[in-house]
Parts: sequence; structure tokens; C-alpha cells
Amino acid sequence: MPSTMNDAPMIVARDIHKRFGTLEVLKGISLEVKKGDVIAIIGPSGSGKSTLLRCLNHLETIDRGRIEIEGETLVSTDADDVCRYAPDATVQRICRKMGMVFQLFNLFPHLTVMQNLIEAPITVKGMNREMVLPKAEALLRKVGLFEKRDSYPSRLSGGQKQRVAIARALAMEPDIMLFDEPTSALDPELIGEVLRTIRQLAEEHMTMLVVTHEMAFAREVSTQTIFMDEGEIVEARSPAELFANPQHQRTRAFLEHML
Amino acid sequence: MDYLLQIIGPLLEGTAVTLKVFFITLVLALPLGLMLAMVRVSRYRIASGVVNGYIWLMRGTPLLLQLLFIYFGLVHMPGGITLAAFPAAIIAFTLNYAAYFAEIFRGGIQSIDRGQYEAAKVLGLSYGQTMRRIVMPQVVKRILPPVSNEIITLVKDTALIYVLAMNDLLRVARGISNRDFTTFPYLGAAVIYLAMILVLTIIFQRMEKRYAVYDE
Repeated sequence: MPSTMNDAPMIVARDIHKRFGTLEVLKGISLEVKKGDVIAIIGPSGSGKSTLLRCLNHLETIDRGRIEIEGETLVSTDADDVCRYAPDATVQRICRKMGMVFQLFNLFPHLTVMQNLIEAPITVKGMNREMVLPKAEALLRKVGLFEKRDSYPSRLSGGQKQRVAIARALAMEPDIMLFDEPTSALDPELIGEVLRTIRQLAEEHMTMLVVTHEMAFAREVSTQTIFMDEGEIVEARSPAELFANPQHQRTRAFLEHML
Repeated sequence: MDYLLQIIGPLLEGTAVTLKVFFITLVLALPLGLMLAMVRVSRYRIASGVVNGYIWLMRGTPLLLQLLFIYFGLVHMPGGITLAAFPAAIIAFTLNYAAYFAEIFRGGIQSIDRGQYEAAKVLGLSYGQTMRRIVMPQVVKRILPPVSNEIITLVKDTALIYVLAMNDLLRVARGISNRDFTTFPYLGAAVIYLAMILVLTIIFQRMEKRYAVYDE
């Protein structure tokens, strides 16, 4: 694992609260992610897993709590319980450290696979095409889709789409990757190829948070597994411990139901 | 045949007036419609409401009435202004068509999946970049058919400017018809309208074909 000069954790979240109307979906979540961690977040539907992920990169705004990314404050709450986000430009810059992969891929349908990859590096980072292309080609080779570079997303299978989405996120060279149920929309026979790609990233010590229903994957790949239920973190332990010997009744019930 | 040669000149002059109103309206109403649509979908409630009211007004009254009001009615307003026929026609058509275009654009923009905005955002694109690079190119594909419809209607709606005594294609044809006691000029006008719309139809079909390279 590469050592870092900066010892600040990649992500620190403290006492995150989030409600949609009267429904409180996150009830005081705290977590810390260190460089190279692969955190699997499991739990029943509606437990707030995806919302937590979406709060970390500002797709949702929190109502209370504090989030720091690589030592920089994204949002904090003062003594008077007023929740304040950093200025827009800062929020944008901080969130750019995180790449995200969605359940429904969200590829840009009007762009080819290659154009999907180079759009953001060119538009956002202002890189020129000649610089981006070799990197994008390398990424497509890495996810095994180089030959699809000129295809439009509609021509790809679900598993291929998701691998393109992963490559697209990596093209922005994020320090952290967030996966929001990356295999939930896939046919069973296509899940493996996507999980293999994510596992490969884990082996390269990419810092990752993966919301998943794939228990075997969570168990094998994660360095820590978090079980969430009803907007709370019930247990956060090494997967070996959590799966073999869950401490809480709720965790046990969920695992029994899933396995 | 001699008669045709005799009337073709005036008919083409009328066609020039028709095309002039058509093109200028199009060039002004499309961007205005886009701006209205952007305000309409924005989170600025009051501005969005104002645009909504504007669209209701423009779609809720006959274009003919709007034309007459801008030409004859504005004079009687406080600080009233008198407009020549041509600018009055352009203003009326632009304001009216922008409202219809705005509704088509709004529908197109709102039909784009939220996931597209989210994907763009997590890649670091700003709202403006997201609209320009991701949303609008997809909107164009979706709204091409209704926009073509509207543009084709505009060609024929320009005939309304006869009320401002402007000599568009149809008014010229009617003038000749009344003078010579023959319906033949109407036939000539019809052929010219059909030709103009054939050209537009071919252009739109080409555009649709170009956008057909990808499915959604």
C-alpha cells in the first residue's frame, strides 16, 4: 500500500442526519475511511445506504453533521445547529476527488464509449484530446472494452455499460470511488464481470465505498463491512467477524435472510 | 403558359415577403423560446410563474388578434408607439412562436432522466456545462419532430400578415385572382407553399437521420 504524506483520513463523517420530509433516513451516521479502505455497506432496502453515499458527494444535502474529505470540510454544523456547506466552488473541487458509479449506469447515450470517457477530463479539467485519449484507451483496455470504444451505450450489455461507467469515473482520476449498488440492475450472469472489475480496483488499493447486496463480494473484497438498518450503522467490523459472528440480532436476522 | 409567366414574378415577390417573415421569426423565436424554457424549468418560482403566464397569454389568444393588437393597439397604450407593418409582424410572430417553442423545449428538457444530471455532476460538470454538453444534445433529438411541425406551421401562418396589408404570397395570389377572375393564382401559391415545405421536410428528415446514430 502506498504511504501518504497526508495522514488525514480520506473521509470523515460525523453524526450525519438527513430527512426527506418527515422521514428521517439517516439518524446520526459516523464513519471514517482511510486510504486504501474498501468499505462494503450492506443492509435492507430503505436502510439509508444509498442516501449515505449520495450525501458524501453532495448529490443530497445533509441536515446536520459534518463531512470532511481528505481533511477538507465539505459541510459542518455549528453550535447553534446550523448546517453550512463550503462555498460552491469548494464543494465542486472537493467532490471531484470522488468518482461515482450508479445502479442504472447513467452513461451519456448520445456519446460513444470513448466520448463518455473523455467528456469530463476535457470539459472539466480542460485537458486536450491528445493527452486524454491514451489514458482513456488504457482504461478501456483495463475494463476489457477497448474494442467497444466507438459503440454507443445502447449497443452494450448491462455489464459492459457498468464497466464503461467505472472507466468513465476513473478517467477523472478520483482518489475515492463510490459504488451505489453497481450490480443491482444486472442480469445474474453479468454480475461477475462487474464485480471482477471492482475487485481489481480493490487490489490496486483504490479507496472505495461499495453499497451492495452481493454478500459474498462484500465478504471477500471489503476491508470493513458496515451493516446499516433504519438509518443507523448497526455494526461496522471486519467482514470475517461480521459475517461469521454478528453481534446484533438485526445483523444476524439480515444475514440469515440473505445467505 | 404565357399567363403563368405573367403572374410568376408577382407570386415570387410575395414568396420573398413570406420567407423573410418566416426566417426572421425563426431566428428570433427559437433562442427566445429556449430562454423562456430555461426560466420555466429553473428554481426561480416567480420568474417561472411569469413565463407560465406569458405562455398562457400567447397560446390563449389568436395570433391574428396579437398581430392586430401590436400593429393597431399599441398606439393607444400609455406612451404608445406606432410600428410599421413589417416590425409589427415580426414582433407578433416571434412572441407567439417563442411561447410554443418554449413549451416544446420544456417538455424535452424535463424528459431527460435525472441520472444524466447526477452523472454529469459527479464528473464535475457545472450546470451550464451539463445543459450544453449533456442535456441539450439529447433534447434536440427528442424535440425534432414537434419542432419541425411548428416550423412548418409557421410557413403557412405567415399568410396572416395580409391584415397588415403586407403583400405575402397568399395576398398577392388573391389580388391577382380578384383582378383576373381566375383561381389559377391560388394553384400557383399552393405549389410554392408545397415546395417550401418539401424543402423543410427534407431538411428535418436529414437531421432526424443524423440523430438516429444512437438510441436511448
